[in-house]
Amino acid sequence: MRVLIVGAGEVGSSIAADLSDSHEVVVVDVDADYVEQLQYDLDVLPVQGDGTESDVLEEAGVADADIVIASTDDDETNLAVCGTAATLADPFTIARVQKTAYLRTWRRTQRAFDVDFMVCTDLLTAQSIVRLIEFPTATDVDPFSSGRVQMAEFEVDPESEIAGQTVQAADRFESLTFAAVVEDGEATIPTGETVLTGGSKVLVIGTPDSVESFAAAVAPSSAAASVDDIVVVGGGQQGLLVAERLEERGFRPRLIEHDETRARDLAEQLPKTTVMAHDATDADFLAAENVGDADVVIACLDSDEKCLLVSLLSKRLGAGRAIASIETPEYVSLFETVGIDVAVNPREVTAEEITRFTRERRAENVAIVEPGEAEVLEVEVDDESVLAGRPIREAVADLPSEVVIGAITRDDTVITPRGDTVVEVGDHVVVFVPTGAQAAIAEKL
Amino acid sequence: MSGVRVDWRASLALVGSVLTYLAVPLCFPIAVALYYGDGGLVAFLVTIAVTLLLGFGLGRLDDDPDIGAREGFLMVSATWLAVALVGAIPYLIEAHGIPGVVAATHPESTLGDPANALFESMSGFTTTGATVLGSISFDAHTRAMMMWRQETQWLGGMGIVVLAVAILPKLSVGGAQLMEAEAPGPGLEKFTPKIAETARALWGLYVGLTALEIALLYGLHLLGPALGTPLAPKMTFYNAVAHGLTTMPTGGFSPEARSIEAFSAVVQWVIVPFMIAAGVNFALFWHLVTGDPNHVREDAEFRGYVGLLAVATALVAGFLYTDPGLAGIAGALEPSLRHAAFQVASFVTTTGYATVDFNAWGTPAKYVLLALLFVGGSAGSTGGGIKIVRWLVVLKSVRREFFTTVHPDAVRPVRLAGQVIDESAVRGIQAFTLCYLVLFAVASVLVVANGAAVDGGMSVFEAVSATASTLGNVGPGFGAFGPMNSYLPFPDSTKVLMVGLMWVGRLEVFPVLVLLTRSYWSS
Repeated sequence: MRVLIVGAGEVGSSIAADLSDSHEVVVVDVDADYVEQLQYDLDVLPVQGDGTESDVLEEAGVADADIVIASTDDDETNLAVCGTAATLADPFTIARVQKTAYLRTWRRTQRAFDVDFMVCTDLLTAQSIVRLIEFPTATDVDPFSSGRVQMAEFEVDPESEIAGQTVQAADRFESLTFAAVVEDGEATIPTGETVLTGGSKVLVIGTPDSVESFAAAVAPSSAAASVDDIVVVGGGQQGLLVAERLEERGFRPRLIEHDETRARDLAEQLPKTTVMAHDATDADFLAAENVGDADVVIACLDSDEKCLLVSLLSKRLGAGRAIASIETPEYVSLFETVGIDVAVNPREVTAEEITRFTRERRAENVAIVEPGEAEVLEVEVDDESVLAGRPIREAVADLPSEVVIGAITRDDTVITPRGDTVVEVGDHVVVFVPTGAQAAIAEKL
Repeated sequence: MSGVRVDWRASLALVGSVLTYLAVPLCFPIAVALYYGDGGLVAFLVTIAVTLLLGFGLGRLDDDPDIGAREGFLMVSATWLAVALVGAIPYLIEAHGIPGVVAATHPESTLGDPANALFESMSGFTTTGATVLGSISFDAHTRAMMMWRQETQWLGGMGIVVLAVAILPKLSVGGAQLMEAEAPGPGLEKFTPKIAETARALWGLYVGLTALEIALLYGLHLLGPALGTPLAPKMTFYNAVAHGLTTMPTGGFSPEARSIEAFSAVVQWVIVPFMIAAGVNFALFWHLVTGDPNHVREDAEFRGYVGLLAVATALVAGFLYTDPGLAGIAGALEPSLRHAAFQVASFVTTTGYATVDFNAWGTPAKYVLLALLFVGGSAGSTGGGIKIVRWLVVLKSVRREFFTTVHPDAVRPVRLAGQVIDESAVRGIQAFTLCYLVLFAVASVLVVANGAAVDGGMSVFEAVSATASTLGNVGPGFGAFGPMNSYLPFPDSTKVLMVGLMWVGRLEVFPVLVLLTRSYWSS
């Protein structure tokens, strides 16, 4: 498949990196330096030029492209790229936008602006932050099969009840599969004898209920189970979207925004949120408003440094968890070691979402577990698949050994895969696939 | 005329137009006089002549009046004063006649005193319903005059200026401003693109509801003999029309000396829903008629209004049911409930009808009614008072103050049914409510002081209730000024003060009081 990516920023190059091993990728960018750098970093064809010009797109081979991804930092440019591409040829167009207004318009017809699929960075970020709140101990949560199956990654707390147990002993949750154990950034497929050590990460796939009960078991027994008091810091679009989503889930969050006019605006849009107009980096203010009592503090400020500062201040005051939206990818792991519990990178979330869409022909959903290590796919089984009509015990012999079948959904119900489960044509399977096995999976499932 | 920045000629010219049109409703009492033949014909013919003369005279001040915001306040305030003055003429002629032309038909009438005549006329147009008639009967007054008294309330109910905007094309520009100044409640809901259409729709709904009530009341009267039981023996056609004309405007005048006590329980029950309807924002009826019932259900003021009626009725009914001093009501469910519902609806909507002399009630029930004097109907209704919506906003903004005392940086918009109320509107409402209460307090002091000087027998409670009642356009007060009594004992100076209170109360304070400021006229 030929994929044309316009915009070689963090989002564009991240998508290009994920796709370049199995697809022909062409990357277009106005910046000659970016283009040159890309040539050495990735196995892609870089083209220098303005992606909104038809000449440039034609030179990049839009006529043969199956998918055009517009991922620059400018909304209008991305829409123009999709419109131009749709005029020149008939590719599937994907646009990344920041303004939710464009997304709302697009959702009306799913075809507006000649865009076939639209992703909104801030909305995706907000959604992933809210998912993290629903699973307080998870470091990553992704929904599959319209939310009937969830994949979640948890860090095993040394004080939790399952720390030190073997997978066999810990596996007492119905409809839950242990897909992988990640230690020091390396994913391994657990056997019954694998010991879940404190500090390692486990990847589970199952129904939301089972994931929830597992979440409780993996947490330290002392931690308060339920999240109630949430403070959102920063009233930009991300903060607004996070607060909106929290309101939808029945929370009554607090939101801190320094600009008075914007705060007033937010207060009007968020009836269940207590909006406060003050500088959130003011430690006295945070103490006076008892931010230390919060179960979760979410920092969505413009500057990464301020996000870190607010997170650390609130943690020191006693806040339960600090989640921050961090723009600079290099900071993500650094901030997580310094004290932020989870740092979400909006561009990474966006790239992941776009990759999901572009990935394998039949794969409907992808979650990147550890970049370059493994991913979780959702695949619809057709009659050519090695799984079709056979018990899993027999089918796995034909699959690479690292592949784990996490869950099966058939006609809206979730089936927990066991050795004797027979997979039927039309079932959706959620599988854990290490990077090396992707090509084999694409062929056999 | 240097320095005056108000085009008062334009304002008065428009007042003139309204006065000329006042000749049309003045024809109705003439028809009554001709039908019953008990006199009053000349009084109304003369009044028509006066209003036409005055109207055309004022109209000549400006051939092409151009109304701005300032002229609007003057025009609206002056109109209400002018119609009240003209409306008092028939009362004076009835008592005095016109020397050399026609003899007085009822020289003993208390309305011969100009202060009384103006009081009665202003009480009519402002739909207050406080009376200074010494004797309410057809022996003491002509049927034509008694009907005019009812009709003034009907004209004042939906608003004279609203009517003018509905029928006078030259008011189509600036009409919204005029209606805004006259309409009860903060802000005006324009539900059609053209303001004249909105005004016509309001009057259409008003006429329709009035006609429905008259038909129901008279229907009961006719149905009685057919069923063999007298359902409403006293609800003659005259009475049906008379009460129809004063229910929808939340007026409260009645040609019966004992108000609605004179009628059967069935009639009393029929009047209750019409009073309640009159206290509802008419824009809601518009939404209902145009097939949008959700709009009504979700309206915060409507919910507050219904809730208040229910709670107050339950409270009063409970007090009445358990009050051993009330023969025939205590221990009987239907009468307790009926009298409670009727009086509560009458006070909340500022109608002022009564089915019973509530002075005989126990103190708790009376104090509930006294508190209701300060509530008022809904915005955009025909009721007076402070209005439910203002109280809701004031209470919510007070609650916000409590919250921001603890959280000084919290930003909390005031919401009604999820809708954010603009901060300037909140300030306006707070200022209005405060102004209203200050006005009440000052006027109470004046009334009490004046009453003590002239007549030592007046209690503070009575005087204060009468002040609140006139400012809120309700009607009856307590004690000597109760529903079965009149405001006659007050000295003339107090009556003139109350004319002012009714005027200011009907126009909701600001349009009148702004005329008293220097900046209105000169800056």
